[in-house]
Amino acid sequence: MCLAVPARVIEVDGDLAKVDFGGVVREVNISLVDVKVGDYVLVHAGYAIQVIDEREAEETLALWREILEAEEDLNVER
Amino acid sequence: MLLDKGFRDPRIARRIVEKIREVAPKKDIVKICHVCGTHEWTISHYGIRSMLPENVDVIAGPGCPVCIVPAAEVDEAVEVALRGATLTCFGDALKVPGSRMSLLDAKAAGADVRVVYSIMDAVKMAEREPHRDFVFFAIGFETTAPSTASEILKGPPKNLSFLVSHRLIPPVMELLLGIGDLQIDAFIAPGHVSTIIGLEPYDIFPKVYRMPTVVAGFEPIDVLLAIYMALRQIRNGAAALENEYSRAVTWDGNVKAKNLMRMAFNVVGGDWRGLGRIPDSTLTLRNEYLHFDAHERYNVRVRGGMDIPPGCQCHLVIMGKIKPTECPLFMRVCTPQKPVGSCMVSVEGTCRIWALTGQIKVRA
Repeated sequence: MCLAVPARVIEVDGDLAKVDFGGVVREVNISLVDVKVGDYVLVHAGYAIQVIDEREAEETLALWREILEAEEDLNVER
Repeated sequence: MLLDKGFRDPRIARRIVEKIREVAPKKDIVKICHVCGTHEWTISHYGIRSMLPENVDVIAGPGCPVCIVPAAEVDEAVEVALRGATLTCFGDALKVPGSRMSLLDAKAAGADVRVVYSIMDAVKMAEREPHRDFVFFAIGFETTAPSTASEILKGPPKNLSFLVSHRLIPPVMELLLGIGDLQIDAFIAPGHVSTIIGLEPYDIFPKVYRMPTVVAGFEPIDVLLAIYMALRQIRNGAAALENEYSRAVTWDGNVKAKNLMRMAFNVVGGDWRGLGRIPDSTLTLRNEYLHFDAHERYNVRVRGGMDIPPGCQCHLVIMGKIKPTECPLFMRVCTPQKPVGSCMVSVEGTCRIWALTGQIKVRA
């Protein structure tokens, strides 16, 4: 019920948009968010509830990779 | 989606598990409580509990919105359906036990009960069949409530009314902290609820209750990171609000959605199955929209109701007091095929997740 699935917006038509769930295209309501074609959104029960900040996601991953790898290198040096 | 892959990278996962082992206390038992069915699914599906040190316990709180709907509200939906209205609901709500019967039982008895994927489907059905009366059984936490608010504010068809059963997460988290014998050491807060409400409502947990709180996403690395961040706080004697799910959660959340909820609903005290009455935890329609309230339209109000069938321990599972394997009915009498309690009915119910992901042998 609280499951929300990421999808890419491929077409916007007023309050509705066609979004791509990795190959499966569905129409969802986008009235709760401000989106444009190409954005990733979280879809819950037919409504896009939030836009995913892709850059933030990449930065989070990059940051953690860096932290973890730096510590790994330190361990090797020891 | 490319990003999901990154958040499932086994190499990163292994490193985080090592870090978890480094920061986890060596002897004391640590209890980290999440309040989301989807978190429980991720934890169970990816076997995250088995990766943690023995003394780090991740417990599932009341995070399944279907499980906590009181029987009385299911009884109301059943009553409305048996009186001849077409009752529309999410698939998960179909088998939830009422005092006498579930909506599926009502359907078997001849009532018109239809499963919808979205509230928009209920609106479309009501528009297509103007001579039938439709009722939408609106279940769900803050993730789902904005879509109900949006359709009500838009002005739904006259032949559609609503049984609003939405519940709010922060008040139930506060309730858990008052249960003395639970002894929670940190919270993992639900990411998708948080996309709507933002970080702000959780601020009281570290500030007032000194409870480390981490808002987390739903990929395995999200959950592992959240566990690591919570343990790091515990080790440092800190109590802060951290946001692991920064790609989707901001301080303010979805302002548009919150405004819609405020315009459509009042926040009132309400009953939760197995937990009793919780102040300021339920949404009801504001006065100006009462003509869309199915309670008013059908004059139906059920008080009481049998929330927990004899022998069922759902109330203790919902609170995180026991694990499903500690319930005497689990996988003996109560199974996914023949559920007894609400926790075995919903795909987000802890018992059902444990049954379907083979968590049966996980230490109790």
